[in-house]
Amino acid sequence: MHEGSGAWQLVVSGDPALYAIVRLSLAVSLSAVALAALVGLPLGGALALARFPGRGVLIVIINAFMGLPPVVVGLAVYLLLSRSGPLGDYGLLFTPTAMVIAQAILITPIIAALTRQTVEDLWLEYRDEMNAMGVTPFARLATLLYDARIALVTAMLAGFGRAAAEVGAVMIVGGNIDGFTRTMTTAIALETSKGDLPLAMGLGLVLLAIVLAVNASAWGLRVFAERRIG
Amino acid sequence: MRAPAPDLPLMFENVSLRAGDTLLLRDIDLIIRPGAPTLLVGPNGAGKSTLLRLAMGLVAPTLGAVTWGGSPDPAPRRRAMLFQRPVMLRRSAGANLIYALKHAGVARDVWPARVRDLLERVGLEHVAQRPARKLLGGEQQRLALARALARDPEILLLDEPTANLDPAATRAVEEIVLNAAASGVKILMASHDLGQVRRLAGEVCFLVAGRLHEKAAAEVFFQHPQSPLTQAFLRGDLVMET
Repeated sequence: MHEGSGAWQLVVSGDPALYAIVRLSLAVSLSAVALAALVGLPLGGALALARFPGRGVLIVIINAFMGLPPVVVGLAVYLLLSRSGPLGDYGLLFTPTAMVIAQAILITPIIAALTRQTVEDLWLEYRDEMNAMGVTPFARLATLLYDARIALVTAMLAGFGRAAAEVGAVMIVGGNIDGFTRTMTTAIALETSKGDLPLAMGLGLVLLAIVLAVNASAWGLRVFAERRIG
Repeated sequence: MRAPAPDLPLMFENVSLRAGDTLLLRDIDLIIRPGAPTLLVGPNGAGKSTLLRLAMGLVAPTLGAVTWGGSPDPAPRRRAMLFQRPVMLRRSAGANLIYALKHAGVARDVWPARVRDLLERVGLEHVAQRPARKLLGGEQQRLALARALARDPEILLLDEPTANLDPAATRAVEEIVLNAAASGVKILMASHDLGQVRRLAGEVCFLVAGRLHEKAAAEVFFQHPQSPLTQAFLRGDLVMET
């Protein structure tokens, strides 16, 4: 299997082209997680505590959006950012920024939905105590987000896993431009179709390793927190 | 640091509470004034916890009114509650107390001194840095007491605080409660341990099936129970609907 050994060679030798791609992928997906968390954590928390007409519908929609097809999100962001689109003037199409936007849209529902569930469960547990301590509604939300911090980090890691592994959205809005918007997933798709299997497999190995590492740290964090915080 | 509006007297005027088809409490008239501890007794399901939740303002009555210092505003001012199973925040014991102080409106610069003082009052100085949820059951109950006392309450409501504790932990909790009472905190506490009621009560309210059946000074309640139902309860008989 000389493709396999070639792939391994690329990974361990620290091939600059390969690691430039890995770096860009990580930068895009981590930025997307940060952006999605900024929206998803307060949104999910507020949805857990607030009662208003249409809340149930909103929850169902957000839950359903956890499974948004990346290509559809890519298409929607493409239409928004293309020259003739409403945000066309900013010239963002085929840039890493466009990729961050698309991935953030993709994973905001994941973070919001998991946050909503977590905070709602915790609120049931904390409600009486917080009311007895005279905690104001805004402080409630902050407390619940803080006390659910471990579960929420896990939710963010789930979002990161989804962002790092998706190919459809970044392909459409990034354009897979060599050295500029080429990520691990788009490179794997391209190199496989070109027949450069060592690079594709090398990137696949790195991607797998990253996803494994993310899940291992989520697990480790849980175990650590269970032991330390209870 | 005394908040302006008082929470006493706590008044129940003709209070009933209905949940679905069940009448949990009916026609409760009760005034709680400063003084010796008032103990709520009665069989399981008599409405002791429900009465305490109303007294804390956690639920509103279906009929009648609950007022605190003459005000119907249920926002807690100088009252605090200890639940049967207190919920510790996911942070250290000390941070749990700081949280209570902060939301009681206590000035930030006195937090460290107050935390030390509160931990000392409940004998938990040595666990200030430990995660609260990792403490033993009895320690958690004492920490919850300290958290309630952090509000500098005029009235402290306790819902069977020793129901799940061993005798040593129960004694520790009772001592803290008696100390608080001695320092002028009004105690309103549910218990179905008659020995505990004898040890703590200045006054007893006997609830049966959602009604306040008898209210009397402790020695009267135990020495000269007025009704056959109270006599039956004190004998250890099962008492039900009046």
